[in-house]
Amino acid sequence: MTTDVLVSDRAEAVSDDRQVLVTLTIAGQLCGVPAMAIRDILSDQPITRIPLAPPEIAGSLNLRGRIVTAIDLRRRLGLPSAPSDARRMSVVAEQGGELYALLVDQVSEVMSLASAAFEPNPPTLERHWAAFSNGIYPLEGSLLVVLDIPTLLAVSGRD
Amino acid sequence: MDELLADFLTETNESLAELDSALVKLEQAPDDAQTLGLIFRLVHTIKGTCGFLGLPRLEKVAHAGENVLGRLRDRTLAVTPDIVTQVLAAIDRIKVIVIQLGETGTEPVGDDASLIAALDAVAAGDGPVPAAAIETTPIEITPTETISAETAPVETAPTDAAPVDTAPTGNGLPDAPRGSFADEPPAPQAPVASAMPAEAPNAAGGQQPVAAQTIRVTVDVLEDLMTLVGELVLTRNQLLQLARTQENSAFTAPLQRLSHITSDLQEGVMKTRMQPIGNAWNKLPRLVRDLSHDMGKRIELTMLGADTDLDRQILELIRDPLTHMIRNSADHGLETPAERKAAGKPEAGRIVLNAFHEGGHIVLEMSDDGRGLNVDRIRAKALASSLASEAELAGMSDEQIHRFIFKPGFSTAATVSAVSGRGVGMDVVKTNIEKIGGTVDVESTPGKGTKFTVKIPLTLAIVSALIVEARGERFAIPQISVVELVRARLNADDANANPGEPLIERINDTPVLRLRSQLLPLVSLADLLELGTNAPADGVADVIVAQVGTQMMGVIVDRVFDTEEIVVKPVAPILRHITMFSGNTILGDGSVIMILDPNGIARRIGVGSAGGGESRLGHPQRVDARSSAEKTTMLLFHADGGQRMAVPLGLVARLEDIPRERIEWSCGAPVTQYRGRLMPLVALGQAPDAGRPTQPLLVFADGDRSMGLMVEEITDVVEERLDIELSHPRPGTMGTAVIAGKATDILDTNYWLAQAGQDWTRDTRPPAARRHVLMVDDSDFFRHLMAPRLNAAGIDVTSVGSAAEALRLRDGGMRFDAIVSDLEMPGIDGLQFARTLRAGGAWADRPLIALTALDGPQHRAAVREAGFTGHVAKNDQDGLIASLRACLNEPAATPG
Repeated sequence: MTTDVLVSDRAEAVSDDRQVLVTLTIAGQLCGVPAMAIRDILSDQPITRIPLAPPEIAGSLNLRGRIVTAIDLRRRLGLPSAPSDARRMSVVAEQGGELYALLVDQVSEVMSLASAAFEPNPPTLERHWAAFSNGIYPLEGSLLVVLDIPTLLAVSGRD
Repeated sequence: MDELLADFLTETNESLAELDSALVKLEQAPDDAQTLGLIFRLVHTIKGTCGFLGLPRLEKVAHAGENVLGRLRDRTLAVTPDIVTQVLAAIDRIKVIVIQLGETGTEPVGDDASLIAALDAVAAGDGPVPAAAIETTPIEITPTETISAETAPVETAPTDAAPVDTAPTGNGLPDAPRGSFADEPPAPQAPVASAMPAEAPNAAGGQQPVAAQTIRVTVDVLEDLMTLVGELVLTRNQLLQLARTQENSAFTAPLQRLSHITSDLQEGVMKTRMQPIGNAWNKLPRLVRDLSHDMGKRIELTMLGADTDLDRQILELIRDPLTHMIRNSADHGLETPAERKAAGKPEAGRIVLNAFHEGGHIVLEMSDDGRGLNVDRIRAKALASSLASEAELAGMSDEQIHRFIFKPGFSTAATVSAVSGRGVGMDVVKTNIEKIGGTVDVESTPGKGTKFTVKIPLTLAIVSALIVEARGERFAIPQISVVELVRARLNADDANANPGEPLIERINDTPVLRLRSQLLPLVSLADLLELGTNAPADGVADVIVAQVGTQMMGVIVDRVFDTEEIVVKPVAPILRHITMFSGNTILGDGSVIMILDPNGIARRIGVGSAGGGESRLGHPQRVDARSSAEKTTMLLFHADGGQRMAVPLGLVARLEDIPRERIEWSCGAPVTQYRGRLMPLVALGQAPDAGRPTQPLLVFADGDRSMGLMVEEITDVVEERLDIELSHPRPGTMGTAVIAGKATDILDTNYWLAQAGQDWTRDTRPPAARRHVLMVDDSDFFRHLMAPRLNAAGIDVTSVGSAAEALRLRDGGMRFDAIVSDLEMPGIDGLQFARTLRAGGAWADRPLIALTALDGPQHRAAVREAGFTGHVAKNDQDGLIASLRACLNEPAATPG
């Protein structure tokens, strides 16, 4: 179930001047999450819907006998839903002993980027995105938004 | 924390628990040398270890206690309750210090001088006193001496160098038999051996190498093991599922074996978590003893089935609810010896705890032989705290009233005592028991006692669950709450369905099922979970009949699969607010499934509300069942929209069918000219169909005013016993009853009269002419029926549901012109009520009319003899009004 993702040797070396990110695509936008925070990368998985759950919660899935709550990042970021037949991937993060799968369109490579290139959010960035973004890496040909996992996981219940 | 200290704390806590029980036992059997020896040793060990660890405060208290115990053991002092109380005080102080020691790692600062002085005074009391015992010599222990004992904690025979011996011998216990220490290792060194005092207290003096048979394992290790076994069970299930699809596979045989071994392993690991329920009880004898002393009651506590095994997780969770229930019984349930004597009972009250296995559950019964629950007081309290209206309460059975004690904030203790009655109590007990998937119920007989029955699952880890499907999604329901499965038709006219199956009927879209002549409230799982509306086409559904507390409800699902053993896992924190689920799990096929919580569902739909509350805030409490023993003549009709309804015929003045064109409009409301006056019309349900030539009306009249209720069709008049089984949240109906074999809504007349915009209770007569009558009848429905009639006749009515309530009004100084009372009532019946009134008090000379369903000369004589002025047949409303008028104009006969 774990997909083949090329992890370069450099990615293992974490130092202050470089940041290692797992890159993701969500509705065409390139994003990244710190590689150290990711425990697993999953291909398309059967997900059990959870009735009455907040809309961002896609459901739960079975990861080697552990139940993982899946959060749909398109919904979380206020983007249109993915087509129902789309094959989606997810990255698994842990918080407070619980596992969460962040559902994205595509998980690509692991990148090691020079921290010096890191830019703060442009002040004009849409408020909704700014809340989840720690900053931007301008790459060749595209911009990479670094997402903040604790904020993504802070889905508020309906109580 | 220091490892030695940690071991000391674990062991001391065990010893303390044992001490409590042993001391209470000693008090009952003062001559029991073995118990005394055990107590002495336990305290002695604590003291010895304290000195060794450098805990002077603890040591001094233990030492003073030990002095007293030493004298008891030497028979130079007799065991009395006072002495035991003193020793218990010392134990309590030790507990306090030990708790703080556990929290901070150091002894708390404090002064025990007075306690020690008291203990010393006891030790210095009557009888020959060994000279050394009076002077409390400070104990000198050099740590170096103790180290020699570490190598072989169990086998080492105590030598003079061992701390256990040095301490006491210097302190007036010269003849302490050495052998009694043989099984007490110098405590802190070896965790393995230190388990012994708890496990083999009777091995005093014995030389068996018991230590090798038990080992101390941390709970974490067991928990991890259980988790792993859980995973193994799931994987096994997965493999079995795969194997089912392949016949004659080479894997079949080994897989079977794997399956058996897994089951055995599961059982074995479960066993390691099992502990006798007696472990949760060991504090109770002490508790009961203290309570009986504090309250001056004599209480015998009997504990049966203490060796019933139970998962330790559950054991921990039921400890507090259990303690609370015992405390309640001792405080509220049992009477004082004087009261008991007066009631012809033995002076000592009994509390019996009984535990046993029953079909995969543990049943815990806790009964007392006290005064029983006071229904009247609970009723009054429920009324005072607005948990139910007076009318609703009147229609409730005693069992339903009893269950109010599980409501939050409910306490019937007249005064708040130190022991209980602070208004937090049984609701917390119920909540905690429900949290572990258990149920609690209460039975009570006035004067005989109260019994609480708690049913809890054996383990929380692995449960048997029914897998169901609704709208293509699967869910698990714990089998403990499923009573039965019923296959039912969704539509009456579905050709595919088997007409022999029961039909799901609807009352204004609320589904109900007639199950063995009971109306079962239903809820559709798809609606509840907002799963969408694409019902399967086969026209049948499965109804899962579930029991929540003592209430039944049915959950409609599309399909039922088989049962499966599931490992309950808690849901993620971000989903905890969804109270409908108690957890989730992974099925044999690897898919994740949500586990439904029947308690959560019941709370959501408002069934079995005795424990919930949160979903009902802001709603008036509804009655679950109202009944009236007599038959009532009911008019059946259809409301606009086809809804089947009924109203007691006695309330309807006339039936009319007026031509459509006679409906006129006045100020935007429909009216008609009726008998020379304008009569307001009210539509029941939707706007009446304008296409019909005539409009059927039910006319309600009061004096010279009248009102017309527009209905679609008047169908029938039937005489039926009226059992309102379901109360309805919809305004305008009193609830639903089975009439002529069909679910029928009962019209709430008062609501519709109010809709007519007229003030029907407006007084049209001069105030002086109006009379005030008290009506006593246990039938909520009857009072509802009669009050408007009497009002219309110019008589004000106050109605109560029981004679006890009426007597309270009397004692409260209320005055009435006459009293009308039913004869058959629970509690005080009508005849007894009449005798009570005639015996004296403010109402001794009031006219008193009996309402009776029976007739005959003998019966009349009995009624007269009891002191009634007259009697009227219950369904003769005009007769009642006539007799009331008659007796209100003349003074009542004096009692004869």
